[in-house]
Amino acid sequence: MSDRPLLELDKLSTHYVTGRGTRTVKAVDEVSITLRAGETLGIVGESGSGKTTLALSILRLLPTAAHIVSGSMHFEGEDLLAKSPGEMRRMRGKRIAMILQDPMASLNPLFTVGDQVAEPVRIHEHTSRRSARERAGSLLRSVKIPAVTQRLREYPHQMSGGMRQRIVGAIAISCEPGLLIADEPTTSLDVTIQAQYLKLLREIQRERGLALIFITHNLGIVAHMCDSVAVMYAGRVVESGPVRRIFNAPAHPYTRALVESIPRLGEGPERLTAIDGHPPDLISLPAGCAFHPRCPQVIDRCRIEAPDTVEVEPDHRARCWVMAPGPRSRA
Amino acid sequence: MSVNAPASSRTAGVTLAWRWASYHSEGLPVIPILILLILGFLAIFAEFVAPHNPEVGTLSLRFRPPAWIAGGSSEYLLGTDHIGRDVLSRLIFGARVSMLVGFLAVLFAGFVGTVLGILAGYIGSWVDQVIMRLTDAWLALPALMFAIFLAAIVGPSEFNIVIILGLVYWTRYARVIRGEVLSLKERDFVRLAIVAGCSKWTIMRRHILPNVLNTAIVLATLMLGVVIVTEAALSFLGVGVPPPKPAWGLMLADGKKGLMAGYWWLTVFPGVCIVLMVLAANLLGDWLRVKLDPQLRQL
Amino acid sequence: MILFEADGLTKHFPLRKGLFGRSNGAVRAVDGVSFTIEAGRTLGVVGESGCGKSTTAKLVLKLEEPTGGTIRFMGKKLHDLDAAGLREYRKSVQAVFQDPFASLNPRMRVSDIVAEPLITNETLTKGEARQRVARLLELVGLPDRAADLFPHEFSGGQRQRIAIARALALSPKLVVLDEPVSALDVSIRAQILNLLRDLQRDLGLAYLFIAHDLAAVAHMSHSIVVMYLGKVVEFGPAKTVATDPKHPYTQALFAAALPSHPDETREEIILTGEVPSPINPPAGCRFHPRCLHVMPHCSHVVPELQTAHGREVSCHLYDVAR
Repeated sequence: MSDRPLLELDKLSTHYVTGRGTRTVKAVDEVSITLRAGETLGIVGESGSGKTTLALSILRLLPTAAHIVSGSMHFEGEDLLAKSPGEMRRMRGKRIAMILQDPMASLNPLFTVGDQVAEPVRIHEHTSRRSARERAGSLLRSVKIPAVTQRLREYPHQMSGGMRQRIVGAIAISCEPGLLIADEPTTSLDVTIQAQYLKLLREIQRERGLALIFITHNLGIVAHMCDSVAVMYAGRVVESGPVRRIFNAPAHPYTRALVESIPRLGEGPERLTAIDGHPPDLISLPAGCAFHPRCPQVIDRCRIEAPDTVEVEPDHRARCWVMAPGPRSRA
Repeated sequence: MSVNAPASSRTAGVTLAWRWASYHSEGLPVIPILILLILGFLAIFAEFVAPHNPEVGTLSLRFRPPAWIAGGSSEYLLGTDHIGRDVLSRLIFGARVSMLVGFLAVLFAGFVGTVLGILAGYIGSWVDQVIMRLTDAWLALPALMFAIFLAAIVGPSEFNIVIILGLVYWTRYARVIRGEVLSLKERDFVRLAIVAGCSKWTIMRRHILPNVLNTAIVLATLMLGVVIVTEAALSFLGVGVPPPKPAWGLMLADGKKGLMAGYWWLTVFPGVCIVLMVLAANLLGDWLRVKLDPQLRQL
Repeated sequence: MILFEADGLTKHFPLRKGLFGRSNGAVRAVDGVSFTIEAGRTLGVVGESGCGKSTTAKLVLKLEEPTGGTIRFMGKKLHDLDAAGLREYRKSVQAVFQDPFASLNPRMRVSDIVAEPLITNETLTKGEARQRVARLLELVGLPDRAADLFPHEFSGGQRQRIAIARALALSPKLVVLDEPVSALDVSIRAQILNLLRDLQRDLGLAYLFIAHDLAAVAHMSHSIVVMYLGKVVEFGPAKTVATDPKHPYTQALFAAALPSHPDETREEIILTGEVPSPINPPAGCRFHPRCLHVMPHCSHVVPELQTAHGREVSCHLYDVAR
């Protein structure tokens, strides 16, 4: 385990410019993240939290309206912001890969599965068609797809959702990247298929020493898969730390409320803890802390000043003036 | 601290792209609206704006060129035609004909087409089959031929032209509206209306119709151009608005004879008017389509 | 008291192929499903894609007609109802759907949306309708002035409240909730689930609660029915089915549910293969190709729904030895 982090984001900010240049939306606001090789980081957030924009920022795949305005990004010690478009292109797929939510949209309906799985290999490693095909075959085997030779010749529409997501996974790992960013990859999958898929991801991760960033709104996935968590709200990371710590003793009121609002299988309280109000519109954010209108522990300072990052414990940080008191009761 | 990409060229490109994109998606299409407003104004106040009587001419003053050319006079700004009638006045009164016929025909076609489209889409089964086969058959006929055919039977008059154009073009509405209704039918709020006990007529009136209006309006602005050109074509061929009433198409027909002799103003000006009106209508329709559509999807 | 009873409910959608639409088989979406809903209680329905839960919801709401089986509401067969009886049924059974953005007509004001069931089924003056709407909005926690606004002026959670207010307009006895919180942000779900529970307690509503979030279903339901490929595989009290499932599929399903804490471990039961298509379901027990406890006769004998260990289960493992 090298001591240099694999991925390091320092106060990264990505802004969208809309309305003919009149409005700026701070989709990602001074986000700092550290990820080590082989680790799994969960980025948790609801709609409008900025998590997808963050993923796109890392890969520099932002739409024209969005720009990274400040901060830095380093991957394996290299400055990602200093790279030319050509260099960035060589990184994508080869060293950093991404999988998205909808597998049908990620696959081209006009090409065979074999062609699509072989494509990144051919592009990045300039291999012959035959050896790329063989690679594709072994990749499909490593994502546990049965009847590989037949599947290679088939088209995406001939497969189920779960299988398609595996193919997308195979494409992603084809060039042995060091980091895989998965943006809600299981949201469209059935529960049992999701379980299969997550198990597969863990195996692949272990076999290849892959670092994983899981972007999700589902705390259950975080509990199941992740080593560390970053909770995003209105474009900022409001809390980050090791997963057990975040679940046992969340410091930020939002994290705490989120963890307590989830129904539990088996024993659980009669009434779920609900959070009042609704996630903010990034165009018109409240002053001070973005969460203050909904916060059960709000004080005057929260309404005026956005909180700084406080180190609750080594590796456990939160952005809050108040901090939720103590470890939560496991009722 | 490093910022993304070299600043100056990026921002210049972005601003330019933004201006173009926002004209198309956010800015009001000022010029098309202005054109249509001006033409509308001329159409309504033709009597007060036009300098001369459009139907009566002075034979001794025929074929006068526009004012800025030798031989022209400022009394007849755009020249005179083969009977000595003022081209400008005929253009202004012609705007009335084009706009009136255009709007009324589009309204008529829209009404018939929307109603039939909703019935076909929502009720389905045999109603849908009948209406769709009718539409197919109708669409198979070339619009212009059909219009000429009808005009030849009932005889030319402004009223008849409106009806004829409406009858020719309703099918385009029916098709599009039916498609929209088919997808609306599956929306949850329609299902919930059924669950609440509403009859299918209530649902069509209260839930389907208001939600297809946007599409109908956009279609109407786009059809306006087509209808006006068709009207001009009919007039050109002599089966449209009867002379001596001024219609742009008719002016084109009359002026055709003068082209060889060099009397270009008799065809160019009416042609420009037709182009302006159709272009304005199309640009407006295009803008409306973009403007109204994303809202619908968000909702 | 049993409010609603489905007995052998079946719905097949015929497949048409060829120019003249010859029937070429059928999608057996719901195939002999039986369950009961008690007044004032919640029946949760769980199952994955193709299990038939959406079709079941449509059958309950009479948006589709069954091809077989019976539905009894308050003892009377739906089949036998005349026009007046049908109208009463519609008033007693309402629905809330998944997508808060598609459930409300974007061109209607909230007051009209909520009042629509009222004006369709009762004769009220404008004032009376207005009053009823105000009361309903209050019930779901929306302010009075919401009545004059349009749906797009509200957030997802608020729109779902509007949908709930509308569903309650006719004081129904049963509300079908088809994934009522799946499309909402996580922080809002608890609000809406709490609201639904409160309404059930205060108004004595029965719910048919369909969701893919197993924990949410277990939390909200008094009894649970588990569906697989159009059939009921297990049906019983919620706690029993959720914490001690007996059918191998139910076991796998609840084992696959995500934990609510990193230290929460569950026995890992990973199923092989995919869910087969409802057009050509496997013979015998439909789950047998993926079952970890499959026995020889599972592939040709269809298991019956029978009582075992305090619930109904449809599995040969629990066949009483004859």
